[in-house]
Amino acid sequence: MHDLLSLRETETHDIRHLLTTAATLKDILSRPVKKVPTLRGRVVVTLFYEASTRTRTSFELAAKYMSADAVNIAVAQSSVTKGESLKDTLRTLQSVTADCIVMRHPSSGAAHLAAQFADVPVINAGDGRHEHPTQGLLDALTIAQAKGRTGSFRLDGLSVVIVGDLAHSRVARSNVWCLTKLGAQVRWCGPATLMPADASGLPVTVHTDLAEGLHEADVVMVLRLQTERQEKGLLPSVREYARTWGVNAAALRVARPDALVMHPGPMNRGVEISAEVADGVGGIRVGIEDQVRNGVAVRMACLYLLMDQPPDAHGGASSPTSTDVAPEVRS
Amino acid sequence: MDVRQVMDADEMRRALTRIAHEIVERNRGAEAVGIVGILRRGAPLAERLAEMIRQIEGIRPPVGKLDVALYRDDFPERRPDVRPSHLPYDVTDRNIVLVDEVIFTGRTVRAAIDALMDLGRPASIQLAVLLDRGHRELPIRPDYVGKNVPTARTEHVHTSLSELDGEDSVTIARDSAPGGDRDA
Repeated sequence: MHDLLSLRETETHDIRHLLTTAATLKDILSRPVKKVPTLRGRVVVTLFYEASTRTRTSFELAAKYMSADAVNIAVAQSSVTKGESLKDTLRTLQSVTADCIVMRHPSSGAAHLAAQFADVPVINAGDGRHEHPTQGLLDALTIAQAKGRTGSFRLDGLSVVIVGDLAHSRVARSNVWCLTKLGAQVRWCGPATLMPADASGLPVTVHTDLAEGLHEADVVMVLRLQTERQEKGLLPSVREYARTWGVNAAALRVARPDALVMHPGPMNRGVEISAEVADGVGGIRVGIEDQVRNGVAVRMACLYLLMDQPPDAHGGASSPTSTDVAPEVRS
Repeated sequence: MDVRQVMDADEMRRALTRIAHEIVERNRGAEAVGIVGILRRGAPLAERLAEMIRQIEGIRPPVGKLDVALYRDDFPERRPDVRPSHLPYDVTDRNIVLVDEVIFTGRTVRAAIDALMDLGRPASIQLAVLLDRGHRELPIRPDYVGKNVPTARTEHVHTSLSELDGEDSVTIARDSAPGGDRDA
Protein backbone atom coordinates (compact mmCIF):
# COMPACT_ATOMS: atom_id res chain seq x y z
CA MET A 1 0.00 0.00 0.00
CA HIS A 2 1.73 3.20 -1.14
CA ASP A 3 -1.11 5.70 -0.75
CA LEU A 4 -4.48 5.82 0.97
CA LEU A 5 -6.80 7.30 -1.62
CA SER A 6 -10.07 5.43 -1.26
CA LEU A 7 -11.43 2.54 0.74
CA ARG A 8 -13.13 1.22 -2.36
CA GLU A 9 -9.68 0.38 -3.72
CA THR A 10 -8.14 -0.71 -0.42
CA GLU A 11 -7.85 -4.45 0.07
CA THR A 12 -9.86 -5.87 2.95
CA HIS A 13 -6.76 -7.30 4.63
CA ASP A 14 -5.09 -3.88 4.45
CA ILE A 15 -8.16 -2.32 6.07
CA ARG A 16 -8.00 -4.88 8.89
CA HIS A 17 -4.26 -4.32 9.30
CA LEU A 18 -4.81 -0.56 9.56
CA LEU A 19 -7.56 -1.07 12.14
CA THR A 20 -5.57 -3.56 14.22
CA THR A 21 -2.60 -1.20 14.23
CA ALA A 22 -4.82 1.76 15.13
CA ALA A 23 -6.38 -0.15 18.04
CA THR A 24 -2.88 -0.78 19.42
CA LEU A 25 -1.59 2.74 18.81
CA LYS A 26 -4.64 4.16 20.60
CA ASP A 27 -2.99 3.15 23.90
CA ILE A 28 -0.42 5.90 23.36
CA LEU A 29 -3.18 8.51 23.75
CA SER A 30 -3.78 7.52 27.36
CA ARG A 31 -0.13 7.50 28.40
CA PRO A 32 1.52 10.19 30.49
CA VAL A 33 4.00 10.77 27.64
CA LYS A 34 1.89 10.88 24.48
CA LYS A 35 4.73 10.36 22.07
CA VAL A 36 6.65 7.53 20.48
CA PRO A 37 9.85 8.21 18.54
CA THR A 38 8.89 6.13 15.52
CA LEU A 39 8.71 8.84 12.84
CA ARG A 40 11.34 11.15 14.26
CA GLY A 41 12.79 13.44 11.62
CA ARG A 42 10.02 12.83 9.10
CA VAL A 43 7.83 15.59 7.75
CA VAL A 44 4.09 15.29 7.22
CA VAL A 45 2.55 18.09 5.16
CA THR A 46 -1.17 18.72 5.44
CA LEU A 47 -2.34 20.44 2.29
CA PHE A 48 -5.90 21.66 2.64
CA TYR A 49 -7.69 23.23 -0.30
CA GLU A 50 -10.87 23.25 1.77
CA ALA A 51 -11.56 24.49 5.27
CA SER A 52 -11.23 21.88 7.99
CA THR A 53 -10.25 22.15 11.59
CA ARG A 54 -11.01 18.71 12.94
CA THR A 55 -9.46 16.51 10.32
CA ARG A 56 -6.40 18.67 9.95
CA THR A 57 -5.85 18.90 13.70
CA SER A 58 -6.37 15.17 14.03
CA PHE A 59 -3.70 14.47 11.39
CA GLU A 60 -1.34 16.97 13.02
CA LEU A 61 -1.78 15.37 16.43
CA ALA A 62 -1.28 11.93 14.93
CA ALA A 63 1.96 13.08 13.31
CA LYS A 64 3.16 14.66 16.55
CA TYR A 65 2.34 11.62 18.68
CA MET A 66 4.50 9.63 16.28
CA SER A 67 7.27 12.29 16.56
CA ALA A 68 6.97 13.45 12.95
CA ASP A 69 6.97 17.17 12.20
CA ALA A 70 3.66 18.42 10.87
CA VAL A 71 3.46 21.39 8.58
CA ASN A 72 0.15 22.81 7.50
CA ILE A 73 -0.33 24.53 4.20
CA ALA A 74 -3.71 26.17 3.92
CA VAL A 75 -4.44 26.95 0.34
CA ALA A 76 -6.97 29.64 -0.41
CA GLN A 77 -9.50 28.07 -2.66
CA SER A 78 -9.35 31.04 -5.02
CA SER A 79 -5.75 30.31 -5.89
CA VAL A 80 -6.56 26.81 -7.02
CA THR A 81 -6.37 26.24 -10.68
CA LYS A 82 -6.44 22.52 -11.07
CA GLY A 83 -4.03 20.35 -13.01
CA GLU A 84 -0.71 22.04 -13.44
CA SER A 85 -0.88 24.09 -10.27
CA LEU A 86 -1.64 21.08 -8.09
CA LYS A 87 1.25 19.31 -9.74
CA ASP A 88 3.56 22.22 -9.09
CA THR A 89 2.46 22.50 -5.49
CA LEU A 90 3.17 18.83 -4.89
CA ARG A 91 6.55 19.02 -6.58
CA THR A 92 7.44 21.96 -4.41
CA LEU A 93 6.39 20.15 -1.27
CA GLN A 94 8.49 17.18 -2.21
CA SER A 95 11.50 19.30 -2.89
CA VAL A 96 11.22 20.73 0.61
CA THR A 97 11.41 17.15 1.90
CA ALA A 98 7.83 16.27 2.70
CA ASP A 99 7.76 12.57 3.50
CA CYS A 100 3.98 12.25 3.31
CA ILE A 101 1.25 14.47 1.95
CA VAL A 102 -2.18 14.63 3.52
CA MET A 103 -4.54 16.38 1.15
CA ARG A 104 -8.09 17.66 1.19
CA HIS A 105 -9.52 19.04 -2.01
CA PRO A 106 -12.99 20.10 -3.17
CA SER A 107 -12.72 18.10 -6.41
CA SER A 108 -13.49 14.41 -6.51
CA GLY A 109 -10.46 12.52 -7.79
CA ALA A 110 -7.94 15.17 -6.73
CA ALA A 111 -6.19 12.73 -4.40
CA HIS A 112 -5.63 10.26 -7.22
CA LEU A 113 -4.18 13.02 -9.34
CA ALA A 114 -1.91 14.06 -6.50
CA ALA A 115 -0.69 10.49 -6.05
CA GLN A 116 0.34 10.44 -9.70
CA PHE A 117 2.47 13.53 -9.25
CA ALA A 118 3.95 12.71 -5.87
CA ASP A 119 6.55 10.06 -5.14
CA VAL A 120 5.86 10.16 -1.42
CA PRO A 121 2.71 8.61 0.05
CA VAL A 122 -0.49 10.61 -0.36
CA ILE A 123 -3.31 10.30 2.15
CA ASN A 124 -6.70 11.49 1.01
CA ALA A 125 -8.26 13.63 3.74
CA GLY A 126 -11.41 14.13 1.68
CA ASP A 127 -11.84 14.81 -2.03
CA GLY A 128 -15.08 16.37 -3.20
CA ARG A 129 -18.00 13.96 -2.93
CA HIS A 130 -15.74 11.00 -3.51
CA GLU A 131 -14.16 9.62 -0.33
CA HIS A 132 -12.79 10.41 3.10
CA PRO A 133 -11.00 7.14 3.86
CA THR A 134 -9.64 7.92 7.34
CA GLN A 135 -13.17 8.82 8.43
CA GLY A 136 -14.42 5.47 7.15
CA LEU A 137 -11.66 3.72 9.08
CA LEU A 138 -12.28 5.58 12.32
CA ASP A 139 -15.99 4.85 12.08
CA ALA A 140 -15.26 1.16 11.54
CA LEU A 141 -12.93 1.14 14.54
CA THR A 142 -15.56 2.86 16.69
CA ILE A 143 -18.22 0.35 15.66
CA ALA A 144 -15.89 -2.62 16.20
CA GLN A 145 -14.96 -1.39 19.68
CA ALA A 146 -18.55 -0.67 20.69
CA LYS A 147 -19.76 -4.04 19.43
CA GLY A 148 -16.82 -6.08 20.75
CA ARG A 149 -15.49 -7.00 17.32
CA THR A 150 -11.88 -5.83 17.65
CA GLY A 151 -10.53 -9.36 17.76
CA SER A 152 -11.27 -10.05 14.13
CA PHE A 153 -12.68 -6.79 12.80
CA ARG A 154 -15.55 -8.77 11.31
CA LEU A 155 -18.80 -6.83 11.39
CA ASP A 156 -20.99 -9.62 10.04
CA GLY A 157 -24.61 -9.38 11.12
CA LEU A 158 -24.50 -5.68 11.97
CA SER A 159 -26.86 -3.25 10.26
CA VAL A 160 -25.52 0.26 9.91
CA VAL A 161 -27.81 3.02 8.74
CA ILE A 162 -26.39 6.29 7.47
CA VAL A 163 -28.93 9.10 7.71
CA GLY A 164 -28.99 12.45 5.99
CA ASP A 165 -27.42 14.23 3.05
CA LEU A 166 -25.98 11.25 1.21
CA ALA A 167 -25.66 12.95 -2.14
CA HIS A 168 -22.90 15.25 -0.95
CA SER A 169 -21.26 12.93 1.55
CA ARG A 170 -17.82 11.47 0.98
CA VAL A 171 -18.04 10.11 4.53
CA ALA A 172 -21.02 7.99 3.53
CA ARG A 173 -19.14 6.58 0.54
CA SER A 174 -16.01 5.67 2.45
CA ASN A 175 -18.19 4.05 5.09
CA VAL A 176 -20.07 1.96 2.56
CA TRP A 177 -16.89 0.46 1.15
CA CYS A 178 -15.19 -0.04 4.49
CA LEU A 179 -18.15 -1.46 6.38
CA THR A 180 -19.35 -3.80 3.64
CA LYS A 181 -15.83 -5.16 3.19
CA LEU A 182 -15.81 -5.93 6.91
CA GLY A 183 -19.14 -7.76 6.59
CA ALA A 184 -21.72 -5.21 7.79
CA GLN A 185 -24.93 -4.37 5.97
CA VAL A 186 -25.32 -0.71 5.12
CA ARG A 187 -28.51 1.26 4.59
CA TRP A 188 -28.73 4.77 3.25
CA CYS A 189 -31.62 6.75 4.57
CA GLY A 190 -32.57 10.30 3.56
CA PRO A 191 -34.84 12.49 1.50
CA ALA A 192 -34.94 11.66 -2.21
CA THR A 193 -33.51 15.07 -3.10
CA LEU A 194 -30.38 14.26 -1.05
CA MET A 195 -29.93 10.73 -2.37
CA PRO A 196 -27.27 10.37 -5.06
CA ALA A 197 -28.39 9.09 -8.44
CA ASP A 198 -25.87 6.25 -8.33
CA ALA A 199 -26.98 4.91 -4.93
CA SER A 200 -28.60 1.89 -6.58
CA GLY A 201 -25.19 0.90 -7.93
CA LEU A 202 -23.63 0.78 -4.45
CA PRO A 203 -23.82 -2.10 -1.99
CA VAL A 204 -26.49 -0.36 0.08
CA THR A 205 -30.23 -0.49 0.53
CA VAL A 206 -31.94 2.85 0.08
CA HIS A 207 -34.69 4.07 2.39
CA THR A 208 -36.59 7.33 2.07
CA ASP A 209 -38.46 6.90 5.35
CA LEU A 210 -36.66 7.44 8.66
CA ALA A 211 -38.56 4.81 10.67
CA GLU A 212 -38.00 2.25 7.94
CA GLY A 213 -34.29 3.06 7.73
CA LEU A 214 -33.72 2.92 11.48
CA HIS A 215 -35.73 -0.27 12.03
CA GLU A 216 -33.63 -2.73 14.08
CA ALA A 217 -30.42 -0.89 13.18
CA ASP A 218 -27.30 -1.68 15.26
CA VAL A 219 -25.60 1.58 14.36
CA VAL A 220 -27.17 4.92 13.43
CA MET A 221 -24.74 7.23 11.73
CA VAL A 222 -26.08 10.76 11.39
CA LEU A 223 -24.58 13.02 8.73
CA ARG A 224 -24.18 16.76 9.07
CA LEU A 225 -26.69 18.83 7.14
CA GLN A 226 -24.96 21.58 5.25
CA THR A 227 -27.29 24.53 5.38
CA GLU A 228 -26.30 25.66 1.91
CA ARG A 229 -28.30 22.68 0.62
CA GLN A 230 -31.42 24.58 1.49
CA GLU A 231 -30.24 27.57 -0.49
CA LYS A 232 -29.88 25.34 -3.50
CA GLY A 233 -33.49 24.31 -3.17
CA LEU A 234 -32.89 20.72 -2.14
CA LEU A 235 -34.77 21.23 1.12
CA PRO A 236 -37.94 23.17 1.86
CA SER A 237 -36.47 24.44 5.14
CA VAL A 238 -34.05 23.42 7.87
CA ARG A 239 -36.91 23.22 10.37
CA GLU A 240 -38.84 20.92 8.14
CA TYR A 241 -35.71 18.75 7.73
CA ALA A 242 -35.26 18.61 11.49
CA ARG A 243 -38.85 17.52 11.93
CA THR A 244 -38.79 14.82 9.28
CA TRP A 245 -35.20 13.60 9.39
CA GLY A 246 -33.80 14.73 12.72
CA VAL A 247 -32.63 11.75 14.80
CA ASN A 248 -34.17 12.12 18.25
CA ALA A 249 -34.96 9.72 21.08
CA ALA A 250 -38.40 8.95 19.66
CA ALA A 251 -37.01 8.11 16.22
CA LEU A 252 -34.40 5.84 17.80
CA ARG A 253 -37.05 3.66 19.44
CA VAL A 254 -37.37 1.53 16.31
CA ALA A 255 -33.62 0.87 16.26
CA ARG A 256 -32.12 -1.90 18.39
CA PRO A 257 -32.04 -1.04 22.12
CA ASP A 258 -28.23 -1.13 22.10
CA ALA A 259 -27.94 0.92 18.93
CA LEU A 260 -24.84 3.10 18.73
CA VAL A 261 -25.30 6.67 17.53
CA MET A 262 -22.46 8.29 15.61
CA HIS A 263 -21.84 11.64 13.92
CA PRO A 264 -18.72 12.75 12.02
CA GLY A 265 -19.03 16.26 13.43
CA PRO A 266 -19.41 19.12 13.69
CA MET A 267 -23.02 18.62 14.80
CA ASN A 268 -25.97 20.89 14.17
CA ARG A 269 -27.83 20.19 17.39
CA GLY A 270 -31.54 20.38 16.86
CA VAL A 271 -31.22 19.86 13.12
CA GLU A 272 -29.96 16.41 12.09
CA ILE A 273 -29.49 15.23 15.68
CA SER A 274 -31.34 16.22 18.84
CA ALA A 275 -29.44 17.43 21.90
CA GLU A 276 -30.69 14.51 24.01
CA VAL A 277 -29.33 12.00 21.51
CA ALA A 278 -26.03 13.84 21.10
CA ASP A 279 -25.59 13.83 24.88
CA GLY A 280 -26.69 10.24 25.35
CA VAL A 281 -29.59 11.11 27.65
CA GLY A 282 -31.59 8.15 28.96
CA GLY A 283 -29.03 5.46 28.19
CA ILE A 284 -28.67 6.19 24.48
CA ARG A 285 -25.26 4.89 23.41
CA VAL A 286 -23.25 7.58 21.67
CA GLY A 287 -19.89 7.02 20.00
CA ILE A 288 -19.10 10.60 19.03
CA GLU A 289 -16.25 11.17 21.48
CA ASP A 290 -14.77 7.78 20.67
CA GLN A 291 -14.86 8.75 17.00
CA VAL A 292 -12.65 11.75 17.71
CA ARG A 293 -10.11 9.71 19.68
CA ASN A 294 -10.18 6.90 17.17
CA GLY A 295 -9.60 9.44 14.43
CA VAL A 296 -6.21 10.26 15.87
CA ALA A 297 -5.36 6.57 16.35
CA VAL A 298 -6.39 5.67 12.79
CA ARG A 299 -4.29 8.49 11.36
CA MET A 300 -1.30 7.38 13.44
CA ALA A 301 -1.70 3.93 11.94
CA CYS A 302 -1.90 5.34 8.42
CA LEU A 303 1.28 7.36 8.89
CA TYR A 304 3.06 4.41 10.48
CA LEU A 305 2.14 1.96 7.77
CA LEU A 306 2.53 4.26 4.78
CA MET A 307 5.58 6.34 5.57
CA ASP A 308 9.13 5.29 4.87
CA GLN A 309 8.13 2.37 2.81
CA PRO A 310 10.87 2.03 0.25
CA PRO A 311 9.76 1.47 -3.36
CA ASP A 312 8.81 -2.16 -4.03
CA ALA A 313 8.82 -3.01 -0.36
CA HIS A 314 5.60 -4.99 -0.60
CA GLY A 315 5.99 -7.62 2.07
CA GLY A 316 9.58 -8.16 1.05
CA ALA A 317 12.01 -8.73 3.88
CA SER A 318 15.56 -8.73 2.65
CA SER A 319 17.94 -11.19 4.23
CA PRO A 320 18.92 -10.06 7.69
CA THR A 321 22.63 -9.72 8.13
CA SER A 322 23.65 -7.26 10.78
CA THR A 323 20.27 -6.36 12.19
CA ASP A 324 18.41 -8.17 14.86
CA VAL A 325 14.99 -7.94 13.29
CA ALA A 326 13.17 -11.20 13.25
CA PRO A 327 12.31 -12.58 9.84
CA GLU A 328 8.74 -12.82 11.12
CA VAL A 329 8.76 -9.06 11.46
CA ARG A 330 7.85 -7.62 8.11
CA SER A 331 5.50 -5.14 6.64
CA MET B 1 20.59 -27.52 6.62
CA ASP B 2 23.01 -27.69 9.52
CA VAL B 3 21.10 -27.39 12.79
CA ARG B 4 22.49 -27.92 16.25
CA GLN B 5 20.64 -27.81 19.52
CA VAL B 6 22.26 -25.67 22.20
CA MET B 7 19.63 -25.98 24.90
CA ASP B 8 16.96 -28.56 25.67
CA ALA B 9 13.95 -28.32 27.99
CA ASP B 10 15.85 -29.39 31.13
CA GLU B 11 18.72 -27.02 30.49
CA MET B 12 16.28 -24.21 29.87
CA ARG B 13 14.45 -24.92 33.14
CA ARG B 14 17.71 -25.03 35.11
CA ALA B 15 19.00 -21.84 33.52
CA LEU B 16 15.76 -20.01 34.31
CA THR B 17 15.76 -21.35 37.87
CA ARG B 18 19.28 -20.03 38.37
CA ILE B 19 18.35 -16.66 36.89
CA ALA B 20 15.32 -16.48 39.22
CA HIS B 21 17.63 -17.05 42.20
CA GLU B 22 20.09 -14.44 40.92
CA ILE B 23 17.29 -11.89 40.50
CA VAL B 24 16.14 -12.44 44.08
CA GLU B 25 19.71 -12.28 45.37
CA ARG B 26 20.63 -9.13 43.48
CA ASN B 27 17.44 -7.31 44.45
CA ARG B 28 17.41 -8.58 48.06
CA GLY B 29 14.05 -10.23 47.63
CA ALA B 30 11.23 -9.68 45.19
CA GLU B 31 9.45 -6.82 46.96
CA ALA B 32 10.26 -4.06 44.47
CA VAL B 33 10.87 -6.24 41.42
CA GLY B 34 8.78 -6.04 38.25
CA ILE B 35 9.28 -8.35 35.29
CA VAL B 36 8.78 -7.18 31.72
CA GLY B 37 8.93 -9.60 28.80
CA ILE B 38 9.83 -8.27 25.37
CA LEU B 39 7.27 -9.51 22.83
CA ARG B 40 6.94 -12.09 21.65
CA ARG B 41 9.16 -14.75 23.21
CA GLY B 42 10.28 -12.73 26.19
CA ALA B 43 6.67 -12.66 27.45
CA PRO B 44 6.27 -16.35 28.35
CA LEU B 45 9.78 -16.36 29.82
CA ALA B 46 8.83 -13.41 32.04
CA GLU B 47 5.80 -15.37 33.32
CA ARG B 48 7.98 -18.39 34.07
CA LEU B 49 10.53 -16.30 35.97
CA ALA B 50 7.79 -14.65 38.03
CA GLU B 51 6.39 -18.05 38.97
CA MET B 52 9.86 -19.34 39.93
CA ILE B 53 10.47 -16.24 42.05
CA ARG B 54 7.14 -16.85 43.79
CA GLN B 55 8.26 -20.37 44.66
CA ILE B 56 11.55 -19.05 46.04
CA GLU B 57 10.36 -15.91 47.82
CA GLY B 58 6.63 -16.33 48.30
CA ILE B 59 6.06 -13.09 46.39
CA ARG B 60 5.09 -13.12 42.74
CA PRO B 61 6.46 -10.01 41.09
CA PRO B 62 4.07 -8.31 38.67
CA VAL B 63 4.60 -9.19 35.01
CA GLY B 64 4.14 -7.06 31.92
CA LYS B 65 4.80 -7.45 28.25
CA LEU B 66 6.35 -4.84 26.03
CA ASP B 67 6.20 -4.32 22.29
CA VAL B 68 9.19 -2.41 20.96
CA ALA B 69 8.19 -2.01 17.30
CA LEU B 70 7.64 1.74 17.60
CA TYR B 71 11.06 2.23 19.18
CA ARG B 72 13.20 0.29 16.73
CA ASP B 73 15.93 2.10 14.85
CA ASP B 74 15.72 -0.17 11.85
CA PHE B 75 12.12 0.20 10.82
CA PRO B 76 12.57 2.09 7.56
CA GLU B 77 13.70 -1.16 5.97
CA ARG B 78 11.07 -3.40 7.40
CA ARG B 79 7.98 -2.27 9.16
CA PRO B 80 7.17 -4.54 12.07
CA ASP B 81 3.61 -5.23 13.14
CA VAL B 82 2.64 -3.35 16.27
CA ARG B 83 1.42 -5.55 19.09
CA PRO B 84 -0.28 -4.28 22.21
CA SER B 85 2.00 -3.77 25.20
CA HIS B 86 0.44 -4.65 28.52
CA LEU B 87 1.93 -3.25 31.72
CA PRO B 88 -0.59 -3.77 34.48
CA TYR B 89 1.57 -2.02 37.08
CA ASP B 90 3.47 1.23 37.47
CA VAL B 91 7.14 0.75 36.61
CA THR B 92 8.15 3.89 38.50
CA ASP B 93 10.51 3.16 41.40
CA ARG B 94 10.55 -0.57 40.69
CA ASN B 95 13.57 -2.63 39.78
CA ILE B 96 12.53 -3.80 36.36
CA VAL B 97 13.94 -6.98 34.88
CA LEU B 98 13.63 -6.96 31.09
CA VAL B 99 13.43 -10.45 29.67
CA ASP B 100 14.19 -11.60 26.15
CA GLU B 101 15.15 -14.98 24.78
CA VAL B 102 18.33 -14.05 22.91
CA ILE B 103 20.61 -11.04 22.92
CA PHE B 104 22.42 -10.35 19.65
CA THR B 105 23.15 -6.80 18.45
CA GLY B 106 21.51 -5.20 21.50
CA ARG B 107 19.26 -3.03 19.37
CA THR B 108 16.06 -4.66 20.60
CA VAL B 109 17.13 -4.04 24.20
CA ARG B 110 17.96 -0.41 23.44
CA ALA B 111 14.45 -0.01 22.00
CA ALA B 112 12.95 -1.75 25.04
CA ILE B 113 14.78 0.55 27.46
CA ASP B 114 13.42 3.59 25.62
CA ALA B 115 9.91 2.13 25.51
CA LEU B 116 10.04 1.46 29.25
CA MET B 117 11.29 4.96 30.08
CA ASP B 118 8.28 6.44 28.30
CA LEU B 119 6.00 4.55 30.67
CA GLY B 120 7.60 5.70 33.90
CA ARG B 121 10.87 6.02 35.78
CA PRO B 122 12.06 2.65 37.01
CA ALA B 123 14.47 2.61 39.97
CA SER B 124 16.67 0.37 37.83
CA ILE B 125 16.48 -1.71 34.68
CA GLN B 126 18.16 -5.09 34.53
CA LEU B 127 18.35 -7.51 31.64
CA ALA B 128 17.83 -11.26 31.65
CA VAL B 129 18.31 -13.40 28.54
CA LEU B 130 18.20 -17.09 27.91
CA LEU B 131 21.05 -16.95 25.45
CA ASP B 132 23.84 -14.49 24.66
CA ARG B 133 25.10 -15.08 21.15
CA GLY B 134 27.53 -12.14 20.97
CA HIS B 135 27.99 -9.59 18.16
CA ARG B 136 26.85 -6.56 20.15
CA GLU B 137 26.57 -3.30 18.22
CA LEU B 138 25.72 -1.19 21.27
CA PRO B 139 27.24 -0.94 24.75
CA ILE B 140 24.64 -3.22 26.34
CA ARG B 141 25.39 -6.18 28.59
CA PRO B 142 22.87 -8.56 30.16
CA ASP B 143 22.78 -8.91 33.94
CA TYR B 144 21.50 -12.48 33.87
CA VAL B 145 22.47 -14.97 31.16
CA GLY B 146 21.18 -18.52 30.77
CA LYS B 147 23.98 -19.56 28.47
CA ASN B 148 26.73 -17.91 26.43
CA VAL B 149 26.97 -19.41 22.96
CA PRO B 150 29.47 -18.13 20.40
CA THR B 151 27.83 -17.88 16.99
CA ALA B 152 28.63 -16.62 13.54
CA ARG B 153 26.72 -13.52 12.50
CA THR B 154 25.14 -15.39 9.64
CA GLU B 155 23.75 -18.13 11.85
CA HIS B 156 20.14 -18.13 12.96
CA VAL B 157 19.21 -18.79 16.55
CA HIS B 158 15.78 -20.29 16.97
CA THR B 159 14.08 -20.46 20.35
CA SER B 160 11.03 -22.64 20.81
CA LEU B 161 8.89 -22.18 23.90
CA SER B 162 6.18 -24.59 24.96
CA GLU B 163 3.66 -21.75 25.38
CA LEU B 164 4.01 -20.70 21.74
CA ASP B 165 5.68 -23.55 19.92
CA GLY B 166 4.80 -26.67 21.88
CA GLU B 167 8.32 -27.44 23.12
CA ASP B 168 11.30 -25.88 24.87
CA SER B 169 14.57 -25.76 22.95
CA VAL B 170 17.15 -23.46 21.42
CA THR B 171 18.76 -24.39 18.13
CA ILE B 172 21.28 -22.74 15.86
CA ALA B 173 21.05 -23.11 12.10
CA ARG B 174 23.78 -22.23 9.69
CA ASP B 175 22.85 -19.68 7.04
CA SER B 176 19.63 -20.27 5.16
CA ALA B 177 17.33 -21.51 7.88
CA PRO B 178 13.84 -21.32 6.44
CA GLY B 179 11.48 -19.62 8.82
CA GLY B 180 14.15 -19.37 11.50
CA ASP B 181 12.34 -17.33 14.02
CA ARG B 182 14.47 -14.67 15.51
CA ASP B 183 17.87 -13.53 16.57
CA ALA B 184 17.08 -10.91 19.10
